[in-house]
Parts: sequence; structure tokens; C-alpha cells
Amino acid sequence: MEQKFEVKILPAGDSCLIVDFGNIISIDINSRVQELRKKLEKANLSQITELVPTYRSLAVYFEPSLTEIEKFTSRIRDLVPYNALSETACRKIITIPVCYGGQYGPDLGYVASYNDLSEEDVVSIHTGSSYYCYMLGFTPGFPYLGGMDEAIATPRLDHPRESIPGGSVGIAGKQTGIYPIDSPGGWQLIGKTPLKMFDPGRIPPAIMDAGLWVRFQAVSEEQYLEIREKAVSDQFCADITEEEISNEVDN
Amino acid sequence: MKLIIDDPGLLTTVQDTGRKGYQKLGIPIAGAMDHIALRMGNIMVGNDEDAAALEITILGPSMTVSSGKGIVCAAGADPGMHINGAPCPSWTCISLSEGDRISFKKEMGKRGCRCNLCISGGIDVPVFLGSRSTYLRGKLGGFEGKAIARGDIISTGYPHSLWERMSGFQLPEELLPDYDIQRKLKAVPGPQEDHFSKEAVDLFFSTEWKIGNSSDRMGYRLEGNRIEHLESADIVSDAIPPGSIQIPGDGQPIVMLADSQTTGGYTKIAVLCSEDRAYLAQRMPGETASFQKISQASAIANAASIEDKLSFLKRSRAEWNSSFKNSRVKQPEKSSGHFKLRIDGEEHSIDWKIEKNQNGGISNAENRS
Repeated sequence: MEQKFEVKILPAGDSCLIVDFGNIISIDINSRVQELRKKLEKANLSQITELVPTYRSLAVYFEPSLTEIEKFTSRIRDLVPYNALSETACRKIITIPVCYGGQYGPDLGYVASYNDLSEEDVVSIHTGSSYYCYMLGFTPGFPYLGGMDEAIATPRLDHPRESIPGGSVGIAGKQTGIYPIDSPGGWQLIGKTPLKMFDPGRIPPAIMDAGLWVRFQAVSEEQYLEIREKAVSDQFCADITEEEISNEVDN
Repeated sequence: MKLIIDDPGLLTTVQDTGRKGYQKLGIPIAGAMDHIALRMGNIMVGNDEDAAALEITILGPSMTVSSGKGIVCAAGADPGMHINGAPCPSWTCISLSEGDRISFKKEMGKRGCRCNLCISGGIDVPVFLGSRSTYLRGKLGGFEGKAIARGDIISTGYPHSLWERMSGFQLPEELLPDYDIQRKLKAVPGPQEDHFSKEAVDLFFSTEWKIGNSSDRMGYRLEGNRIEHLESADIVSDAIPPGSIQIPGDGQPIVMLADSQTTGGYTKIAVLCSEDRAYLAQRMPGETASFQKISQASAIANAASIEDKLSFLKRSRAEWNSSFKNSRVKQPEKSSGHFKLRIDGEEHSIDWKIEKNQNGGISNAENRS
């Protein structure tokens, strides 16, 4: 079997190993990270205390008093996926309803004029792409999404807002993202989702997960309020569908 | 037990052993900076090792027991604890009852700047994602997501059934942590050691670093020689295990500690061992830090030996409990007696006597009758 990638298992102190797939942002690299994470979750090794996927690596935290490092490393090495994901693999797509513009997206007009587009164009471009969630970080449940059309890229605000309501959907440079909780931030806000992106009382607390695909769907203010009401009482489930990966190649 | 805060001190937060298992969602671990002292203090007062305590920094708070009673142990640097004006040693279990006033009369530093105030039953605040730790930047967990303030009322949970017997128990001398600021801190090279020349890695391990002023629960900035990268300082975001020593573009290291973000894009030249993370956390800005290179295998063996020390402490405390040589617990006034007991309809006549044991303590009469 040909090894296309050099996978390194690197020491990170007395209770962590980093399985490094390469110093680049690519869906191919990241999907291997997710694949190893799944395999290790399934293997359920007693030494493992936590798995943290990032763009390019999987951090494997372990309990030192239970770990013989050489055996443990070779056990992980055996599970490392060296080949691209099989063609039959499915990808999970989550649909996030968003009410664009107005009080929900105060910067939609700026993003449109910055790019010489109408607000409708921005919405149709933003809802027209599929986004890949590489990892969560920054604040609880914040997704690092890749795949935004550069036609709507807009620099960050000169003066960050002190508080942005949880659920706000924004653009910063070539990135798009969703603020899961109220937090300060400098992204251009184009809309807001009625979903509770992060809720500590829920299992799992975050709707998003690394490896998930995202599509945004425009909803009216009435629909927003209707979904919001259901979401607050946990009666609204985000729509997650599975699609074969081979479909994507044709798109 | 309830405690009312009369003065919060410099920075007092509720911390346990941290919020584990949620880094994949971007949630920092937080928890006690000196996590080993916290675990030892909890064992001493009869709590689970991961119970929540008050982490006090440099200058401790003043507080009054407004109801109930319990045991307290100052675990970490010596904070100069006083109860009702009388000095109390650290690493010693001390009884508290209603009306007692706890104060701290010493500015910590030189030999440690943080102490965990472990109280029987643990600090009772709501559990947020599996932990009671405060993450200040995220305003979550702990006591309303914030540092303790004047007027706050702190409650404790259910104590160990034998908590009263722990009074007077001291940390065995061989377990006393050495907070000597000259002590070298052990670190494992990697994961991005290969982003530096051998000379740069050697320079990192041979430099005596000064701890910078912008050092806090999130991380310590170190000042000294400039550590050059072979190419760029930035990498595609990678995980940041606690104790990671990042080298940003200016070549000045940042050691990531309890409140560190979970991921980041700076190269990590080495990662501090768990035990040494606790030792660094006891140091103050202006003090120094130097590092000693060790292999990951030795670091793991060292971390495992801490668990052995904690097991030894658990045994010591259990022995203390069973020997019952507790000066603050009332001893029986009589040295012998007689009583009758009916078991399954049959009457037994029992004589009992208390004898001094070899240690000068009192043997447990009930077990000897």
C-alpha cells in the first residue's frame, strides 16, 4: 500500500501524544484526523482520557499511570488511516436556518456594498455553498468553517463589538462562522440562526462537531421566531442528512 | 457549612481538577493551577481528590463561618492562615465552627504564590460540564463564573462521615512540596521541536528565563534569549496540551497553563511535565524559570510516581482516622466500664477498658471490647 502522507506521532508532555497529519489546511488531511478519532473512540482504549481533533492533527490525551508508551504508540499507529477515505463513505450535512439582514444581520448591507453586490446576492451566495467544519475552538462550540465563496469576503470590523448575541452568523475575511454564545467579536454580522448552537445543559452541548458539513438556509422572520420558540424548549432538532461523498466530486 | 466573604483577597476562585473531556468543543480545562496541592489537600480533609476548593492568590481572603462546622486545610504555598487571630500552619487539618473567622496575614511569594483552601465536603457550586472550576475569561463555571467577591456566601457539600477525626492531621513530611524557585522544571521536547535548530533547542534549555509581568492563569510569558525558528513561527492550528511551551514570532516563550485555549497556531518547542506545571504555577512575575530536558518515557514514569505518592497519603490519612489520636475530639472520661447487650434474645455482659497504645494515643475502645 502506498503511503501518500507521512504521519508523525509526536510527544506532547507526560499525558499527550499528537498524531500529526501535516501542516496544511485540507479536507483530505482533516478527514483522516476525523477517521482516526472515530477509530480510537470505537477502540475505547482505557488509557485515553480525551481526544481533541484540530485542522491537521489529533491530540490523544492519556492517563500516564496506565500507559506503556511504546505499546500505546504502536496501537495508535496501527489505526492511522493512510489512504483517502473510501468512496462509499458518507458525509453528514447539517442545515442551519438563518434569518439574514435587518436586526439579525446588521452588517449585511456593508458586506453587499463592499463586494458590489445586492443583499439578495450575498444571501444567495452564502446559502449556495457547503461548508466543512474543520474543528471547534476559540469559544465554546465555535466552528472553524472552510469553503466560503470569496465573492462575499469582507474584512473584520475596525472596532469589534463588545457583545454579539449567540447564534449570529458572520464573515471575517475569507471565513464564515457562527457565534455559539454571546461574546465580543469583530466579524461582519449578516444573519442569525434561531438554533441554540451551544447549551451546557444539553448532551452534546454543541450542535456543531469537527468533520460535519454545513449548509445555511434562509428563513423569514416569522419562521425564525417559530423555530426559536421550539429551540428554546428543545423541541427543534437541527436537520442532519447523510450524502455520499462521490456526489460532491461532480458538483 | 456556609462561609461569608468579608474580603475577597487578590484573586480567589473556585477550582477543582478541571473540566476534562470538552476541549474538542473549544472549552479550556481551567482547574487549580497547583493541581497536585489541590488533590493532596482534598485527600487530607477526606474529600474526593477532584473536589472543588478556593484557589487563593498572593493575598488570601477574610471570611466568617456563618453556619455549620467542618475541617479546613491550606494546601499549597503558606498563606499565613489565622483562625480567630491565632496562626494556623498550612498542610494541617483544622476544625472550623460557626462564628470562626478565617484570615490570611501573609503576602505569598518567594516560596509559592498560590494556595488551595480545601474544606470538608468541597465547595458546592453548580457543576458545569462535569466540573466546578471557574473559567474567568469565558465567565463560566465556579461561583457564577467569576472571582469571589465581598458578601458572597460560599456553601460546602456533604463531608466525609468521619470528618471530625481528620482534625490535626498533617501532611507527612516526605510529601511536602518543594517550592524552591531555583528548582529546574522538567519538560519533554516536542511536538514542534523540528521547527527549531538543535542550537535553538539547546539555548531554550540552557537559558535562565525571567517570568514576565503579563503572566496569569492562562499562561506565563518568559523573557530572555530570543529563540529563532528555522522557518515560520506560525503553524496551522494544533492542540495545546496544558504546559505547552509556545514560541511565537518574537522568540520569547509562553508557557500555557490552566486557562489556556484548547488550540492555537504557534510552534511548541516542549511541553512541561504535569508536576512541574504545578511548580511553575507557584512562581511570581519577576522570578526565574529554567528547564531540564527529559524523555517522554521518563516523564510518564515520573507522572505515575505522583499517583503513588497520593496513594501513600490516602493510606496515611486512613491510619490517622483509625488510630483516632485526634486531640480536638473529646476522649472518653472513663478508662473502663461495663454494659449488657442482648443479641438474638441472648444477654451478653461486656467489660471494656481503654489502654494507651505505643504511640501514646488511645486505642479504639469499641473494637477491643
